Amino acid sequence: MRLLTHNMLKCHVKNCTDPDKQYPLRFKDVQIEQIEYEPNEEFLVRMLPRLDWTALVKTAKDLNIAIPDSVPEDPASDQEFLQKLHTIIMETHVTEGSMVCDGCSHEYKITKGIANMLLAEHEI
Amino acid sequence: MGLPTPDTGHLRQTEYATVYEPAEDTYLLLDAFENDREELQAQRPTICVEIGSGSGCVSAFLGQVLSPYGALIFSTDINPAANNATRETVAKTPSESVFDQCRTRFVQALDSRLRGNIDVLVFNPPYVVTPSAEVDSTIEAAAWAGGVLGREVLDLLIPQVPALLSPGGRFYLVVIEQNKPDDIIAEFAALGLAGQRVLSRRAGIESLSILRFIRPKL
Repeated sequence: MRLLTHNMLKCHVKNCTDPDKQYPLRFKDVQIEQIEYEPNEEFLVRMLPRLDWTALVKTAKDLNIAIPDSVPEDPASDQEFLQKLHTIIMETHVTEGSMVCDGCSHEYKITKGIANMLLAEHEI
Repeated sequence: MGLPTPDTGHLRQTEYATVYEPAEDTYLLLDAFENDREELQAQRPTICVEIGSGSGCVSAFLGQVLSPYGALIFSTDINPAANNATRETVAKTPSESVFDQCRTRFVQALDSRLRGNIDVLVFNPPYVVTPSAEVDSTIEAAAWAGGVLGREVLDLLIPQVPALLSPGGRFYLVVIEQNKPDDIIAEFAALGLAGQRVLSRRAGIESLSILRFIRPKL
């Protein structure tokens, strides 16, 4: 699972509604793998407005990954920024571990790079 | 002519026994994508989601259709064997897209962040008419048993679709005649989403159609 995907996941347990706590999910005991991938700047620029930058910064810092605090004014022409972004969201994979919600403490497992976001009936 | 059908030969392995194998309904959906290739590329989708990806054949094919442009293609399924089968299929299929899989029902856990952000949404639902009790009764049945009118699973998703799509975003849906496609189109119209049948084909006892809905651009 790429950090790009993690940026799109939010706790969906019933009654867990504090927006400041249910997102982003906090990684716990994770294994990280860097997998090289051909950069595609045009795609990165399109994806940028779809990202929650604040959540990405929080997550990257938790994992001790260097990340710019803010998006530059003209990201499309900032090669250095795009390269960093590429490394963080496209090449950084979480292969094992879990994601914890700070609101309700629910733990979502990640196995072989796939997050299990399925909840039991009573949790939905 | 045409793009190659993604290789799903690995479904013969026992760990994938519970995963729906590509069949005529799958191929009709691939044909609909191929017919729309030009407009899909012009739309330049950034985020695509396939619900219930099963073998991964459709997700992988969508990646091919969009190439040379890249997109993020999320594939969800409640069956972990399907998540793994999808991962294997997309890895074997050359495309410019990036793929990630997630075990979830519909778009649960993704829906909040992806609201208004899905450029292409795809669902080949469990559409077979069955007694209600068969829906989700086993992991195998979950792939095809659709309950009353074959609509019990689809009907849970319908109200969510308009808000999930981005302006200009599209929703592709596989149906059979028993699902009452005209009623489905009318329901979406009432939700502000115009749609039509873009392709129909008879396959054995099934009369299949692909419905396509497009959210108006702002």
